[in-house]
Amino acid sequence: MILPALFFYLFATICVASAVMVIVSRNPVHSVLYLILAFVNASGLFVLMGAEFLGMMLIVVYVGAVAVLFLFVIMMLDVDFVELREGFIQYLPVGLVIGGIFMFELLLVVGAWAINPSVTKTITAAIPTNVTNTEALGLVLYTKYIHYFQLAGMVLLVAMIGAIVLTLRHKVMVKRQDINVQNARTPEMAMAMRKVASGQGLSDADAAEWVK
Amino acid sequence: MTIGLGHYLAVGAILFTLGILGIFLNRKNIIVILMSIELILLSVNINLVAFSTFLGDIVGQVFALLVLTVAAAEAAIGLAVLVVYFRNRGSIAVEDVNLMKG
Repeated sequence: MILPALFFYLFATICVASAVMVIVSRNPVHSVLYLILAFVNASGLFVLMGAEFLGMMLIVVYVGAVAVLFLFVIMMLDVDFVELREGFIQYLPVGLVIGGIFMFELLLVVGAWAINPSVTKTITAAIPTNVTNTEALGLVLYTKYIHYFQLAGMVLLVAMIGAIVLTLRHKVMVKRQDINVQNARTPEMAMAMRKVASGQGLSDADAAEWVK
Repeated sequence: MTIGLGHYLAVGAILFTLGILGIFLNRKNIIVILMSIELILLSVNINLVAFSTFLGDIVGQVFALLVLTVAAAEAAIGLAVLVVYFRNRGSIAVEDVNLMKG
């Protein structure tokens, strides 16, 4: 019985500590690596809560996609990160004040809060006990919440197209395939018949036109 | 020593506060600001899953999945905008972002 509590404190402590390191570390690459650690530990918390599918999803999506994206961008951009760090001390007091106020308000909310006992009667889709978490999630996600699911897919599609459109760059000197030009090409445009005198070959003028 | 809803909500609250603090501390470095936003969305996810588990309602996990989707899309678009901005200006300092000031 003590084991879940121990694991909760382990995951929670490492998660919070690595979140602190994300925001204070000097090198953004280290920030990304600490972000990965925070996400892995948060997925441990998810597994402890019984949301195994979301825990695994967190690792796949965040560590596999988002963190790698961050790493790529940081390593691709030639930015002086020391210069960007100026003002850290300057903003520390105001940040601490605002963070403290926010934390205080959250504690006020959490401290004075209790679950209404009748809320269990209004549950939309109770967690089934006889199937795995993944199956239970699929049973509601693909039936009752299919529109949300498709909307999420649409959001990802728009994000993908948007990212491609934003970053795609056409260089002038790069030769690209143009299918319209290819299809419009006729034998007359591509070939020319020449009468070549015996033993003389094509003249330079003919060759130049040919190459063009 | 049982772990209840309050413990998970406390972790979520601390992560949320750290995310906000990160936005203030790294005001010049937009990459770390994006990472702080990821932390905030993670804390939201922890809250959703905690309520889902302790109230016995699986819909919370469905919405956590949707938040995950939005977080991934936001990171992709944000970093794409960042790359385009760097290509145009040669810098990603936040205070240089004043093209639309008029």
